Amino acid sequence: MVVDELGGEAVDDVFRALADATRRDILRRCAEGDPSVSRLAEAYPMSFASVQKHVAVLERAGLVSKERRGRERRVHTELAAVNRAQQVLDELEQTWRGRAERMSDLLGRRPNALNPNPEEETTG
Amino acid sequence: MSVTSIDKDYDNLTTTLVADFDAPVDEVWQLWADPRKLERWWGPPTYPATFEKHDLAPGGEVTYFMTGPEGDRPRGWWRVTSVDPPTSLRFADGFASDDGTPNEEMPMVNVEVRLSDRDNGTRMEIRSTYGSREELDRLIEMGALEGLQQAVGQMDALLAAGAGPS
Repeated sequence: MVVDELGGEAVDDVFRALADATRRDILRRCAEGDPSVSRLAEAYPMSFASVQKHVAVLERAGLVSKERRGRERRVHTELAAVNRAQQVLDELEQTWRGRAERMSDLLGRRPNALNPNPEEETTG
Repeated sequence: MSVTSIDKDYDNLTTTLVADFDAPVDEVWQLWADPRKLERWWGPPTYPATFEKHDLAPGGEVTYFMTGPEGDRPRGWWRVTSVDPPTSLRFADGFASDDGTPNEEMPMVNVEVRLSDRDNGTRMEIRSTYGSREELDRLIEMGALEGLQQAVGQMDALLAAGAGPS
């Protein structure tokens, strides 16, 4: 496992929130222009209550925040939180890259691929 | 450096790595199938892994701990969902509490490994996706189903062998 940068529970909330296509779409829309929940609800073939629920999941994960503007509640994407989630994915990538390199070393043969990385991993 | 490509899909929280090795498929498979070999590459040099349980069968459990420079020992587990030696393996990988039971608060990663023959060497594709607890439950169910199907397949083979020439 990769060691996470967000707290354990936070990570699970974030990934749970991101694991749904509608919620990812809501994030995209709210990054572009802080729509109100009722405006958002018009965009999806589901009830207002369902959209509200999705927004609540995103809010709990810290991925969006709600802001009162006049009579409306506008939904705003917290880009910093989205970026942190992406960093966790970057870490996962680095983990696998390191593993593949160690596997290659263990197999004991010099790989035929070009080495774009000047820092050679030392073994033994 | 054997990694030939890395693809990140932020929408689906998936990363796909492709690596080519100058070794036959069987030899690369052994790096997964033999826990003593597996622990030589699973953890980074600063956090070497020690595998305790290692049951590469559908529904099978793998447990390990890593030893950090300060003597800290984060624990992890796999739950194998499907296995087809020497070319494919699917498992969920997660954190465990100190007593070894899966830590439900922490995220888990679904890992799909595929090995194929390529230019007298091996191409390894690893697709890993962040998953939720619900997904884990579903995966375990699927693994159990697959295990059952395999068991039935083995029974068929035994029955066929037992029938012999009449």
